[in-house]
Amino acid sequence: MRGGADRRDWSGLLFVLPFLTAYLIILIYPLLSGMALSFQRVDLFGGGRFVGFDNYARLFADETFVRSVLNTFALALMIVPLLTVIALSLALALNRATRGAAVFRGVFFSSSVLSVTIVTLIWRFVLAPDAGLLGETAQAIGAEPIPFLSHPTWSLWALAITTIWWSVGLPMMLFLAGLQQIPGDVYEAAALDRASRWTTFWRVTLPALRRTLVLVVMLQTAAQLQIFGQAQLLTGGGPGGSTRTMVLFIFESAFARWELGYATAAAEILFLLIVLITLTQYVTTMRASEGEDGR
Amino acid sequence: MASLELSDIRKSYGATAVLDGVSLTMEAREFIAFLGPSGSGKSTLLRIIAGLETLDGGEVRLDGRRIDQVPPGDRGVAMVFQHYALYPHMSVRENMAFGLRNVGVPRDEIERRVADAARVLEIEVHLDKKPGQMSGGQRQRVAIGRAIVKHPKLFLLDEPLSNLDAALRMRTRIELAQIRSRVDAAFIMVTHDQAEAMTLADRIVVMNDRKIQQVGPPMEIYSRPANTFVARFVGSPAMTLAPVELVPDDGLYARVRLGDGAEIETRVPRSELPAGGTLQIGLRPESVAVAANGAATTQAKVELVERLGERTLVYARLSDNRAITAEDEGYSRVNVGDTVGLRIDGAAAHLFDAEERGYHAEARPE
Repeated sequence: MRGGADRRDWSGLLFVLPFLTAYLIILIYPLLSGMALSFQRVDLFGGGRFVGFDNYARLFADETFVRSVLNTFALALMIVPLLTVIALSLALALNRATRGAAVFRGVFFSSSVLSVTIVTLIWRFVLAPDAGLLGETAQAIGAEPIPFLSHPTWSLWALAITTIWWSVGLPMMLFLAGLQQIPGDVYEAAALDRASRWTTFWRVTLPALRRTLVLVVMLQTAAQLQIFGQAQLLTGGGPGGSTRTMVLFIFESAFARWELGYATAAAEILFLLIVLITLTQYVTTMRASEGEDGR
Repeated sequence: MASLELSDIRKSYGATAVLDGVSLTMEAREFIAFLGPSGSGKSTLLRIIAGLETLDGGEVRLDGRRIDQVPPGDRGVAMVFQHYALYPHMSVRENMAFGLRNVGVPRDEIERRVADAARVLEIEVHLDKKPGQMSGGQRQRVAIGRAIVKHPKLFLLDEPLSNLDAALRMRTRIELAQIRSRVDAAFIMVTHDQAEAMTLADRIVVMNDRKIQQVGPPMEIYSRPANTFVARFVGSPAMTLAPVELVPDDGLYARVRLGDGAEIETRVPRSELPAGGTLQIGLRPESVAVAANGAATTQAKVELVERLGERTLVYARLSDNRAITAEDEGYSRVNVGDTVGLRIDGAAAHLFDAEERGYHAEARPE
């Protein structure tokens, strides 16, 4: 009997083997070898040399790295709340069955299909203070153009605005999907209970979107902590390192200075940060939500 | 004083008319059931009264005040939804208090009303639960409680029992009748279940095909159906309808001949019937009895026998191939394939003219 059960187990494993193989090779192996690499001093041409926590110690002493961590957090804090609010507002406005709403859903989602190169190109045209759209507009009304790409604070905002514009489509769609799960008769009950639009939003709609909201915030936090393309292409990390993000730092360490071990150690820190932050978000927001599945 | 008045309500979705000139007046504290098949417009009418649908024409008045342009929450009505429509993220207590809080009822008054309703509905121990932690029957009580605490002038119940299992449905039906007697308000219940309508309502409004077919107390609907639709829709199993010929004689009451030649002496006054045109006879199963040959009006071949315990339903065919439903005692010896004698009680027969209008035996003197 036992042998038969065992054989069944093994044959089951056979079915998932193709996936498991790819998963091990593409995800698990690099993850582990990355960890190993972060404890070595290594360049592209020679073998590595084990250095213990040397790379990590150097990172925490490296002002450029610390700055990049702060920049990344600043960006995530600028992007995630705004992006969530804008995506939710768009979803609320477009959650209707009219043709116009369908067109606008398409329009707002369309930016998501563009590559980061095109997105940054577009926003360069908009943000450039001398010849860009905002610069021209400012000059036309006689105001001083905002130096979006050359001022340390403004250039972070430039990155944030570009990112929000680029990534608003998916969270909007997630919110729309969440909104369509809410049964219509609950809103009718609220209308009979004389709930104002505002009360209905806070007491009916938002609680029902709680899971979607958590999902959007977690996905966006994880994504924005890895912000890279916009920073590299729009500002190149400048001016004066004010927009250098963690991934840009990792990229520069690995592929400009060829310090693979050092870069990998920075990547491990980023990995840990993302895991910690998203886990914290998950645990704190998902508490006390049992018993809310039924009506 | 009339509580609710509907006058000439019209509603269509695009080119499809769903209500075509519906008028109705309700007495104070009356319980009315809207009974009809799916698509008869009964739910739409309820939603128009609640303010969840707009109307294309006509007026709705409650206690003399015109309410058809008033927002749902300001109409003085409360509704119990078919799928309960409780707020899933609020506790039972909050669900019931929500509507009161929105209109600024003082906190201690809210608590008092919620406690009263919870006691009546026996859901006091569940007040801090979320709807998802409760059974269907308990959720239904919360939904009713949410309506009661508002002290409305009119309760609107949209198929309130259709989501409950059979045993719970019977119990809740009795409880609804008890609640109704304690509350100073009128009730409208939409249902497609005639047993609910018959047992709970003071008057039944039978709806079909965008219109009210008949309004009346349950027994009147049952014993004096206005037309063939009401006759077939109310009563289970449905009334047998068969074409008949009027036998010419000079009696006070109409004498008719079935397709198989059997003659039935009805109690429908001959003078009321239209001259000429075709006629149909309507026979409820309880007025067609299986009988020994000597007492039988006609003969029929049995096709199906349903034993219900206290009585037996016999589905049979007359010699002209017309279906007829008859009743026999609980321990019936009738079998499928038998030819049996049927005694038709002419005094309980109904007649319907070519326009399907109903004619009935003279009302019994009381």
